[in-house]
Amino acid sequence: MGTAPDIAVRARGLRVVRGERTVLDDFDLEVRQGTLTGLLGPSGSGKSTLMRAIVGVQKVAGGTIEVLGQPAGSKPLRHRVGYVTQSPSVYGDLTVRQNLWYFAKVLGAPSTDVDRAIEQVDLTSHAHQLVGRLSGGQHSRVSLATALLGEPEVLVLDEPTVGLDPVLRVELWGLFHRLAESGVTLLVSSHVMDEAERCERLVLLREGAVLADDTLPDLLARTGTADAEQAFLKLIERADSEVKES
Amino acid sequence: MSPRITIATSARVLMQLRHDPRTIAMLLVVPSLLMSLLWWIYDGGRMFDLIGPALLAIFPFLVMFLVTSIATLRERTTGTLERLLAMPTGKLDFLLGYALAFGAVALVQATLTATVAVGLLDMRATGPTWILVAVAVFDALLGVALGLFVSAFAATEFQVVQFMPALILPQFLLCGLLVPRAELPGILEPISDVLPLSYAVDAMLEVQAVAEPSVTGDVAVVVGFSLALLALGAATLRRRTP
Repeated sequence: MGTAPDIAVRARGLRVVRGERTVLDDFDLEVRQGTLTGLLGPSGSGKSTLMRAIVGVQKVAGGTIEVLGQPAGSKPLRHRVGYVTQSPSVYGDLTVRQNLWYFAKVLGAPSTDVDRAIEQVDLTSHAHQLVGRLSGGQHSRVSLATALLGEPEVLVLDEPTVGLDPVLRVELWGLFHRLAESGVTLLVSSHVMDEAERCERLVLLREGAVLADDTLPDLLARTGTADAEQAFLKLIERADSEVKES
Repeated sequence: MSPRITIATSARVLMQLRHDPRTIAMLLVVPSLLMSLLWWIYDGGRMFDLIGPALLAIFPFLVMFLVTSIATLRERTTGTLERLLAMPTGKLDFLLGYALAFGAVALVQATLTATVAVGLLDMRATGPTWILVAVAVFDALLGVALGLFVSAFAATEFQVVQFMPALILPQFLLCGLLVPRAELPGILEPISDVLPLSYAVDAMLEVQAVAEPSVTGDVAVVVGFSLALLALGAATLRRRTP
Protein backbone atom coordinates (compact mmCIF):
# COMPACT_ATOMS: atom_id res chain seq x y z
CA MET A 1 0.00 0.00 0.00
CA GLY A 2 3.02 2.23 -0.40
CA THR A 3 3.77 2.28 3.30
CA ALA A 4 7.13 0.99 4.49
CA PRO A 5 6.65 -2.14 6.61
CA ASP A 6 7.92 -0.59 9.81
CA ILE A 7 5.62 2.43 9.70
CA ALA A 8 2.63 1.96 12.02
CA VAL A 9 0.82 5.24 11.40
CA ARG A 10 1.14 7.54 8.43
CA ALA A 11 -0.93 10.70 7.97
CA ARG A 12 -0.54 12.75 4.79
CA GLY A 13 -2.15 16.13 4.29
CA LEU A 14 -4.78 15.25 6.85
CA ARG A 15 -7.60 17.76 7.19
CA VAL A 16 -10.32 17.54 9.82
CA VAL A 17 -13.12 20.03 10.25
CA ARG A 18 -15.31 19.88 13.33
CA GLY A 19 -18.27 22.21 13.12
CA GLU A 20 -16.99 25.63 12.04
CA ARG A 21 -13.45 24.92 13.14
CA THR A 22 -10.65 23.39 11.08
CA VAL A 23 -8.92 21.33 13.73
CA LEU A 24 -6.21 19.78 11.57
CA ASP A 25 -5.08 21.17 8.24
CA ASP A 26 -2.53 19.61 5.89
CA PHE A 27 -1.24 17.54 8.78
CA ASP A 28 1.59 15.03 8.30
CA LEU A 29 2.76 12.44 10.79
CA GLU A 30 4.69 9.20 10.69
CA VAL A 31 5.05 6.81 13.61
CA ARG A 32 7.38 3.81 13.52
CA GLN A 33 6.32 0.43 14.83
CA GLY A 34 7.28 -0.50 18.37
CA THR A 35 7.77 3.08 19.52
CA LEU A 36 6.25 5.14 22.30
CA THR A 37 5.25 8.57 21.08
CA GLY A 38 3.97 11.28 23.34
CA LEU A 39 1.42 13.62 21.85
CA LEU A 40 1.55 16.82 23.85
CA GLY A 41 -0.13 20.14 23.69
CA PRO A 42 -2.72 22.32 25.38
CA SER A 43 -6.35 21.23 25.32
CA GLY A 44 -7.93 22.16 22.03
CA SER A 45 -4.68 21.67 20.14
CA GLY A 46 -6.06 18.74 18.13
CA LYS A 47 -4.60 15.78 20.05
CA SER A 48 -7.90 13.97 20.56
CA THR A 49 -9.04 14.68 17.00
CA LEU A 50 -5.81 13.25 15.61
CA MET A 51 -6.22 10.15 17.77
CA ARG A 52 -9.83 9.73 16.68
CA ALA A 53 -8.68 9.96 13.06
CA ILE A 54 -6.03 7.28 13.66
CA VAL A 55 -8.62 4.95 15.18
CA GLY A 56 -11.00 5.74 12.34
CA VAL A 57 -13.94 7.17 14.26
CA GLN A 58 -13.35 10.72 13.05
CA LYS A 59 -14.86 12.04 9.85
CA VAL A 60 -11.97 13.28 7.76
CA ALA A 61 -12.33 16.14 5.27
CA GLY A 62 -9.17 15.48 3.29
CA GLY A 63 -5.82 13.75 3.09
CA THR A 64 -5.02 10.15 3.93
CA ILE A 65 -4.33 8.26 7.10
CA GLU A 66 -3.02 4.72 7.17
CA VAL A 67 -2.47 2.40 10.10
CA LEU A 68 -0.33 -0.73 9.62
CA GLY A 69 -0.58 -0.14 5.89
CA GLN A 70 -4.39 -0.09 5.83
CA PRO A 71 -6.77 2.86 5.71
CA ALA A 72 -7.51 3.96 9.29
CA GLY A 73 -10.66 2.39 10.70
CA SER A 74 -10.89 -0.30 8.04
CA LYS A 75 -12.24 -3.67 9.02
CA PRO A 76 -8.98 -5.66 9.35
CA LEU A 77 -7.69 -3.04 11.79
CA ARG A 78 -10.56 -3.22 14.25
CA HIS A 79 -9.01 -5.87 16.46
CA ARG A 80 -5.43 -4.73 15.91
CA VAL A 81 -5.84 -1.20 17.26
CA GLY A 82 -6.70 -0.49 20.90
CA TYR A 83 -8.22 2.86 21.79
CA VAL A 84 -8.91 4.62 25.06
CA THR A 85 -10.98 7.77 24.98
CA GLN A 86 -10.44 10.67 27.32
CA SER A 87 -13.58 10.00 29.33
CA PRO A 88 -13.78 6.34 30.28
CA SER A 89 -16.12 4.46 27.94
CA VAL A 90 -17.12 1.38 29.90
CA TYR A 91 -20.38 0.27 31.49
CA GLY A 92 -20.86 1.72 34.97
CA ASP A 93 -23.59 -0.78 35.80
CA LEU A 94 -21.37 -3.83 35.25
CA THR A 95 -18.49 -5.09 37.37
CA VAL A 96 -14.90 -4.63 36.22
CA ARG A 97 -14.76 -8.29 35.24
CA GLN A 98 -18.07 -8.25 33.38
CA ASN A 99 -16.98 -5.23 31.36
CA LEU A 100 -13.78 -6.94 30.29
CA TRP A 101 -15.54 -10.24 29.67
CA TYR A 102 -17.87 -8.49 27.23
CA PHE A 103 -15.22 -6.56 25.34
CA ALA A 104 -13.03 -9.69 25.16
CA LYS A 105 -15.97 -11.54 23.57
CA VAL A 106 -16.44 -8.73 21.06
CA LEU A 107 -12.77 -8.86 20.14
CA GLY A 108 -12.71 -12.65 20.10
CA ALA A 109 -9.87 -12.50 22.64
CA PRO A 110 -9.19 -15.54 24.87
CA SER A 111 -10.88 -15.39 28.27
CA THR A 112 -7.47 -15.51 29.97
CA ASP A 113 -6.94 -11.98 28.65
CA VAL A 114 -9.54 -10.71 31.09
CA ASP A 115 -7.59 -11.44 34.26
CA ARG A 116 -4.32 -10.47 32.62
CA ALA A 117 -5.67 -7.03 31.63
CA ILE A 118 -7.22 -6.47 35.06
CA GLU A 119 -3.88 -7.25 36.65
CA GLN A 120 -1.98 -4.99 34.26
CA VAL A 121 -3.98 -1.99 35.47
CA ASP A 122 -3.78 -3.14 39.09
CA LEU A 123 -7.49 -3.69 39.66
CA THR A 124 -7.47 -7.36 40.67
CA SER A 125 -8.78 -6.59 44.14
CA HIS A 126 -11.69 -4.62 42.60
CA ALA A 127 -12.56 -7.11 39.87
CA HIS A 128 -16.00 -7.83 41.26
CA GLN A 129 -17.00 -4.26 42.05
CA LEU A 130 -19.41 -2.26 39.95
CA VAL A 131 -17.47 0.18 37.78
CA GLY A 132 -19.90 2.98 38.63
CA ARG A 133 -18.88 2.72 42.30
CA LEU A 134 -15.14 2.99 41.63
CA SER A 135 -13.13 6.19 42.00
CA GLY A 136 -12.43 8.29 38.90
CA GLY A 137 -8.91 6.96 38.52
CA GLN A 138 -10.03 3.34 38.87
CA HIS A 139 -12.83 3.98 36.40
CA SER A 140 -10.42 5.18 33.73
CA ARG A 141 -8.14 2.21 34.40
CA VAL A 142 -11.01 -0.14 33.52
CA SER A 143 -11.24 1.70 30.21
CA LEU A 144 -7.50 1.27 29.73
CA ALA A 145 -7.67 -2.45 30.55
CA THR A 146 -10.23 -2.84 27.78
CA ALA A 147 -7.72 -1.54 25.26
CA LEU A 148 -5.16 -4.13 26.42
CA LEU A 149 -7.41 -7.09 25.52
CA GLY A 150 -6.52 -9.25 22.56
CA GLU A 151 -2.92 -8.06 22.12
CA PRO A 152 -3.42 -4.99 19.94
CA GLU A 153 -0.49 -3.95 17.72
CA VAL A 154 -1.25 -0.25 17.99
CA LEU A 155 -2.47 1.44 21.17
CA VAL A 156 -3.96 4.91 20.98
CA LEU A 157 -4.36 6.28 24.49
CA ASP A 158 -5.98 9.67 25.01
CA GLU A 159 -4.87 11.03 28.38
CA PRO A 160 -4.75 7.62 30.06
CA THR A 161 -3.11 8.87 33.25
CA VAL A 162 -5.36 11.82 34.09
CA GLY A 163 -6.44 11.80 37.71
CA LEU A 164 -4.11 8.99 38.74
CA ASP A 165 -1.78 9.19 41.70
CA PRO A 166 1.96 9.49 41.01
CA VAL A 167 2.77 5.89 41.99
CA LEU A 168 0.21 4.48 39.62
CA ARG A 169 1.32 6.83 36.85
CA VAL A 170 4.87 5.57 37.11
CA GLU A 171 3.58 1.99 37.02
CA LEU A 172 1.47 2.60 33.93
CA TRP A 173 4.30 4.32 32.08
CA GLY A 174 6.41 1.28 32.95
CA LEU A 175 3.72 -0.88 31.37
CA PHE A 176 3.64 1.33 28.26
CA HIS A 177 7.41 0.96 27.88
CA ARG A 178 7.25 -2.80 28.27
CA LEU A 179 4.54 -2.93 25.61
CA ALA A 180 6.64 -0.81 23.26
CA GLU A 181 9.63 -3.08 23.83
CA SER A 182 7.49 -6.07 22.89
CA GLY A 183 6.71 -4.41 19.56
CA VAL A 184 3.46 -2.55 20.28
CA THR A 185 3.23 0.96 18.85
CA LEU A 186 1.90 3.43 21.40
CA LEU A 187 0.59 6.93 20.95
CA VAL A 188 -0.11 8.54 24.29
CA SER A 189 -1.53 12.02 24.66
CA SER A 190 -1.16 14.20 27.67
CA HIS A 191 -1.43 17.82 28.58
CA VAL A 192 0.84 17.29 31.57
CA MET A 193 4.28 18.19 30.33
CA ASP A 194 6.24 16.24 32.93
CA GLU A 195 4.87 13.06 31.39
CA ALA A 196 6.78 13.98 28.24
CA GLU A 197 9.95 12.89 29.92
CA ARG A 198 8.78 9.30 29.74
CA CYS A 199 8.35 9.23 25.95
CA GLU A 200 11.00 8.32 23.39
CA ARG A 201 9.63 10.83 20.97
CA LEU A 202 7.61 13.95 21.55
CA VAL A 203 5.20 15.52 19.17
CA LEU A 204 4.12 18.93 20.37
CA LEU A 205 0.87 20.13 18.90
CA ARG A 206 -0.50 23.62 18.90
CA GLU A 207 -3.60 24.78 17.07
CA GLY A 208 -3.61 21.72 14.86
CA ALA A 209 0.00 22.01 13.72
CA VAL A 210 3.17 20.21 14.78
CA LEU A 211 5.23 22.69 16.76
CA ALA A 212 8.05 20.23 17.41
CA ASP A 213 8.76 16.58 16.73
CA ASP A 214 11.86 15.43 18.54
CA THR A 215 13.37 13.39 21.34
CA LEU A 216 13.37 15.13 24.69
CA PRO A 217 17.18 15.63 24.94
CA ASP A 218 17.28 17.15 21.45
CA LEU A 219 14.31 19.32 22.21
CA LEU A 220 15.93 20.63 25.40
CA ALA A 221 19.23 21.24 23.64
CA ARG A 222 17.53 23.07 20.78
CA THR A 223 15.56 25.36 23.06
CA GLY A 224 18.19 25.67 25.78
CA THR A 225 15.68 24.80 28.47
CA ALA A 226 15.62 22.42 31.41
CA ASP A 227 12.31 20.62 31.00
CA ALA A 228 9.57 19.91 28.51
CA GLU A 229 7.22 22.55 29.82
CA GLN A 230 9.77 25.33 29.44
CA ALA A 231 10.75 23.99 26.03
CA PHE A 232 7.14 24.11 24.93
CA LEU A 233 6.67 27.67 26.15
CA LYS A 234 9.89 28.70 24.42
CA LEU A 235 8.72 27.17 21.15
CA ILE A 236 5.40 28.98 21.38
CA GLU A 237 7.24 32.23 22.04
CA ARG A 238 9.44 31.70 18.99
CA ALA A 239 6.54 30.77 16.77
CA ASP A 240 4.60 33.86 17.85
CA SER A 241 7.51 36.21 17.26
CA GLU A 242 8.08 34.71 13.79
CA VAL A 243 4.47 35.44 12.97
CA LYS A 244 4.90 39.05 14.10
CA GLU A 245 8.07 39.54 12.06
CA SER A 246 6.53 38.22 8.88
CA MET B 1 -22.29 -9.40 11.78
CA SER B 2 -21.18 -12.23 14.05
CA PRO B 3 -23.35 -14.49 16.22
CA ARG B 4 -20.65 -14.42 18.91
CA ILE B 5 -20.84 -10.63 19.26
CA THR B 6 -24.65 -10.53 18.98
CA ILE B 7 -25.10 -13.08 21.77
CA ALA B 8 -22.41 -11.48 23.93
CA THR B 9 -24.21 -8.15 23.52
CA SER B 10 -27.54 -9.68 24.62
CA ALA B 11 -25.84 -11.30 27.60
CA ARG B 12 -24.22 -8.01 28.51
CA VAL B 13 -27.52 -6.09 28.32
CA LEU B 14 -29.17 -8.71 30.57
CA MET B 15 -26.22 -8.55 32.99
CA GLN B 16 -26.69 -4.79 33.26
CA LEU B 17 -30.34 -5.36 34.01
CA ARG B 18 -29.49 -7.94 36.66
CA HIS B 19 -27.54 -5.30 38.56
CA ASP B 20 -30.70 -3.23 38.70
CA PRO B 21 -33.27 -5.27 40.65
CA ARG B 22 -35.60 -2.28 41.01
CA THR B 23 -35.98 -1.98 37.24
CA ILE B 24 -36.56 -5.74 36.94
CA ALA B 25 -39.28 -5.55 39.60
CA MET B 26 -40.93 -2.61 37.83
CA LEU B 27 -40.74 -4.35 34.45
CA LEU B 28 -42.35 -7.50 35.75
CA VAL B 29 -44.81 -6.30 38.39
CA VAL B 30 -46.19 -3.00 37.09
CA PRO B 31 -48.08 -4.42 34.07
CA SER B 32 -49.81 -6.98 36.30
CA LEU B 33 -50.71 -4.27 38.80
CA LEU B 34 -52.14 -2.08 36.06
CA MET B 35 -54.10 -5.03 34.72
CA SER B 36 -55.50 -5.56 38.21
CA LEU B 37 -56.40 -1.87 38.43
CA LEU B 38 -58.24 -2.15 35.13
CA TRP B 39 -60.15 -5.18 36.45
CA TRP B 40 -61.11 -3.16 39.51
CA ILE B 41 -62.21 -0.12 37.49
CA TYR B 42 -64.61 -2.24 35.44
CA ASP B 43 -65.46 -4.40 38.41
CA GLY B 44 -64.27 -7.45 36.48
CA GLY B 45 -67.06 -6.98 33.93
CA ARG B 46 -67.35 -7.24 30.17
CA MET B 47 -65.33 -4.08 29.49
CA PHE B 48 -62.34 -5.65 31.23
CA ASP B 49 -62.53 -8.62 28.85
CA LEU B 50 -62.63 -6.22 25.90
CA ILE B 51 -59.86 -3.83 26.91
CA GLY B 52 -57.55 -6.25 28.76
CA PRO B 53 -56.01 -7.92 25.67
CA ALA B 54 -55.39 -4.54 24.00
CA LEU B 55 -53.57 -3.39 27.10
CA LEU B 56 -51.46 -6.52 26.89
CA ALA B 57 -50.27 -5.16 23.54
CA ILE B 58 -49.60 -1.64 24.75
CA PHE B 59 -47.58 -2.37 27.93
CA PRO B 60 -44.61 -4.13 26.35
CA PHE B 61 -44.51 -1.66 23.47
CA LEU B 62 -44.42 1.33 25.79
CA VAL B 63 -42.08 -0.13 28.41
CA MET B 64 -39.55 -1.53 25.95
CA PHE B 65 -39.57 1.73 24.02
CA LEU B 66 -38.60 3.63 27.15
CA VAL B 67 -36.00 1.16 28.37
CA THR B 68 -34.34 0.77 24.98
CA SER B 69 -34.28 4.43 24.03
CA ILE B 70 -32.62 5.38 27.30
CA ALA B 71 -30.18 2.45 27.25
CA THR B 72 -29.01 3.21 23.70
CA LEU B 73 -28.84 6.93 24.35
CA ARG B 74 -26.47 6.10 27.21
CA GLU B 75 -24.34 4.00 24.88
CA ARG B 76 -24.13 6.96 22.55
CA THR B 77 -23.29 9.55 25.20
CA THR B 78 -20.82 7.53 27.30
CA GLY B 79 -18.75 6.53 24.29
CA THR B 80 -19.33 2.79 24.65
CA LEU B 81 -21.08 2.70 21.26
CA GLU B 82 -18.12 4.43 19.62
CA ARG B 83 -15.77 1.95 21.28
CA LEU B 84 -17.85 -1.02 20.13
CA LEU B 85 -17.97 0.23 16.56
CA ALA B 86 -14.21 0.84 16.60
CA MET B 87 -13.96 -2.85 17.56
CA PRO B 88 -15.23 -5.62 15.26
CA THR B 89 -18.88 -5.06 16.32
CA GLY B 90 -21.27 -4.84 13.39
CA LYS B 91 -24.26 -2.51 13.54
CA LEU B 92 -26.57 -5.50 13.34
CA ASP B 93 -24.77 -7.17 16.25
CA PHE B 94 -25.57 -4.15 18.36
CA LEU B 95 -29.21 -3.84 17.25
CA LEU B 96 -30.03 -7.55 17.38
CA GLY B 97 -28.20 -7.90 20.69
CA TYR B 98 -30.61 -5.40 22.21
CA ALA B 99 -33.62 -6.88 20.44
CA LEU B 100 -32.82 -10.40 21.70
CA ALA B 101 -32.22 -9.29 25.29
CA PHE B 102 -35.31 -7.12 25.61
CA GLY B 103 -37.35 -9.62 23.60
CA ALA B 104 -36.52 -12.20 26.26
CA VAL B 105 -37.53 -9.80 29.01
CA ALA B 106 -40.75 -9.06 27.15
CA LEU B 107 -41.53 -12.77 26.93
CA VAL B 108 -41.29 -13.09 30.71
CA GLN B 109 -43.24 -9.89 31.22
CA ALA B 110 -46.05 -10.84 28.82
CA THR B 111 -46.31 -14.40 30.18
CA LEU B 112 -46.62 -13.06 33.70
CA THR B 113 -49.16 -10.39 32.80
CA ALA B 114 -51.26 -12.77 30.72
CA THR B 115 -51.17 -15.38 33.48
CA VAL B 116 -52.38 -12.84 36.01
CA ALA B 117 -55.06 -11.51 33.64
CA VAL B 118 -56.41 -14.89 32.59
CA GLY B 119 -55.65 -16.98 35.67
CA LEU B 120 -56.30 -14.61 38.55
CA LEU B 121 -58.52 -11.92 37.08
CA ASP B 122 -60.52 -14.26 34.88
CA MET B 123 -60.09 -12.20 31.72
CA ARG B 124 -62.09 -13.99 29.02
CA ALA B 125 -60.56 -14.01 25.56
CA THR B 126 -62.15 -16.29 22.96
CA GLY B 127 -58.82 -17.21 21.34
CA PRO B 128 -55.92 -19.04 23.01
CA THR B 129 -53.80 -17.23 25.60
CA TRP B 130 -50.47 -18.20 24.04
CA ILE B 131 -51.29 -16.10 20.99
CA LEU B 132 -51.88 -13.12 23.30
CA VAL B 133 -48.40 -13.66 24.73
CA ALA B 134 -46.80 -14.15 21.30
CA VAL B 135 -48.35 -10.96 19.94
CA ALA B 136 -47.23 -9.10 23.08
CA VAL B 137 -43.62 -10.19 22.44
CA PHE B 138 -43.75 -8.86 18.87
CA ASP B 139 -45.12 -5.58 20.24
CA ALA B 140 -42.21 -5.44 22.65
CA LEU B 141 -39.79 -5.88 19.73
CA LEU B 142 -41.57 -3.03 17.96
CA GLY B 143 -40.95 -0.90 21.06
CA VAL B 144 -37.26 -1.92 21.06
CA ALA B 145 -36.89 -1.02 17.37
CA LEU B 146 -38.59 2.35 17.81
CA GLY B 147 -36.50 3.09 20.90
CA LEU B 148 -33.24 2.28 19.10
CA PHE B 149 -34.18 4.55 16.25
CA VAL B 150 -35.44 7.46 18.34
CA SER B 151 -32.37 7.53 20.58
CA ALA B 152 -30.43 8.95 17.64
CA PHE B 153 -32.52 12.12 17.74
CA ALA B 154 -32.08 12.93 21.40
CA ALA B 155 -29.04 14.43 23.04
CA THR B 156 -30.17 13.93 26.63
CA GLU B 157 -32.37 11.62 28.65
CA PHE B 158 -34.78 14.53 29.17
CA GLN B 159 -35.29 14.74 25.43
CA VAL B 160 -35.65 11.04 24.90
CA VAL B 161 -38.40 10.77 27.50
CA GLN B 162 -40.28 13.53 25.66
CA PHE B 163 -40.58 11.21 22.67
CA MET B 164 -42.95 9.09 24.72
CA PRO B 165 -45.87 11.57 24.67
CA ALA B 166 -44.87 12.67 21.17
CA LEU B 167 -44.69 9.26 19.49
CA ILE B 168 -46.49 6.77 21.72
CA LEU B 169 -49.52 8.66 23.02
CA PRO B 170 -50.95 9.51 19.57
CA GLN B 171 -50.65 5.84 18.63
CA PHE B 172 -52.46 4.93 21.83
CA LEU B 173 -55.26 7.42 21.12
CA LEU B 174 -55.71 6.19 17.55
CA CYS B 175 -55.17 2.45 18.02
CA GLY B 176 -58.87 1.64 18.33
CA LEU B 177 -59.02 1.24 22.05
CA LEU B 178 -60.93 4.47 22.80
CA VAL B 179 -62.91 4.63 19.57
CA PRO B 180 -63.00 1.71 17.09
CA ARG B 181 -60.69 2.59 14.21
CA ALA B 182 -63.46 2.31 11.60
CA GLU B 183 -65.44 4.99 13.47
CA LEU B 184 -62.63 7.53 13.72
CA PRO B 185 -63.67 10.84 12.14
CA GLY B 186 -62.27 12.08 8.82
CA ILE B 187 -58.60 11.75 8.18
CA LEU B 188 -57.90 10.10 11.54
CA GLU B 189 -58.78 6.64 10.26
CA PRO B 190 -56.21 6.61 7.44
CA ILE B 191 -53.68 8.02 9.91
CA SER B 192 -54.37 5.15 12.28
CA ASP B 193 -53.78 2.82 9.32
CA VAL B 194 -50.14 3.81 9.10
CA LEU B 195 -49.39 3.53 12.82
CA PRO B 196 -47.90 0.21 13.94
CA LEU B 197 -49.65 0.06 17.31
CA SER B 198 -53.02 -0.07 15.49
CA TYR B 199 -52.08 -3.46 14.05
CA ALA B 200 -50.81 -4.71 17.38
CA VAL B 201 -54.13 -3.86 19.00
CA ASP B 202 -56.08 -5.24 16.01
CA ALA B 203 -54.33 -8.57 16.53
CA MET B 204 -55.23 -8.58 20.21
CA LEU B 205 -58.86 -7.67 19.50
CA GLU B 206 -58.99 -10.54 17.03
CA VAL B 207 -57.77 -12.99 19.67
CA GLN B 208 -60.28 -11.51 22.06
CA ALA B 209 -63.20 -12.04 19.66
CA VAL B 210 -62.45 -15.18 17.63
CA ALA B 211 -61.84 -18.75 18.77
CA GLU B 212 -59.40 -19.47 15.95
CA PRO B 213 -57.93 -16.04 15.32
CA SER B 214 -55.81 -15.27 12.28
CA VAL B 215 -53.29 -12.73 13.45
CA THR B 216 -50.53 -13.41 10.92
CA GLY B 217 -51.46 -10.40 8.77
CA ASP B 218 -51.44 -7.94 11.66
CA VAL B 219 -48.30 -9.47 13.17
CA ALA B 220 -46.59 -9.29 9.77
CA VAL B 221 -47.29 -5.55 9.66
CA VAL B 222 -45.88 -5.14 13.18
CA VAL B 223 -42.77 -7.14 12.24
CA GLY B 224 -42.44 -5.13 9.02
CA PHE B 225 -42.50 -1.86 10.95
CA SER B 226 -39.94 -3.28 13.40
CA LEU B 227 -37.55 -4.31 10.62
CA ALA B 228 -37.93 -0.95 8.87
CA LEU B 229 -37.22 0.86 12.14
CA LEU B 230 -34.20 -1.36 12.80
CA ALA B 231 -32.88 -0.57 9.32
CA LEU B 232 -33.38 3.15 9.98
CA GLY B 233 -31.76 2.67 13.38
CA ALA B 234 -28.77 0.99 11.74
CA ALA B 235 -28.41 4.01 9.48
CA THR B 236 -28.12 6.25 12.55
CA LEU B 237 -25.27 4.19 14.01
CA ARG B 238 -22.22 5.90 12.60
CA ARG B 239 -18.75 4.50 12.86
CA ARG B 240 -17.29 7.87 11.93
CA THR B 241 -18.70 10.98 13.54
CA PRO B 242 -17.90 14.63 12.87
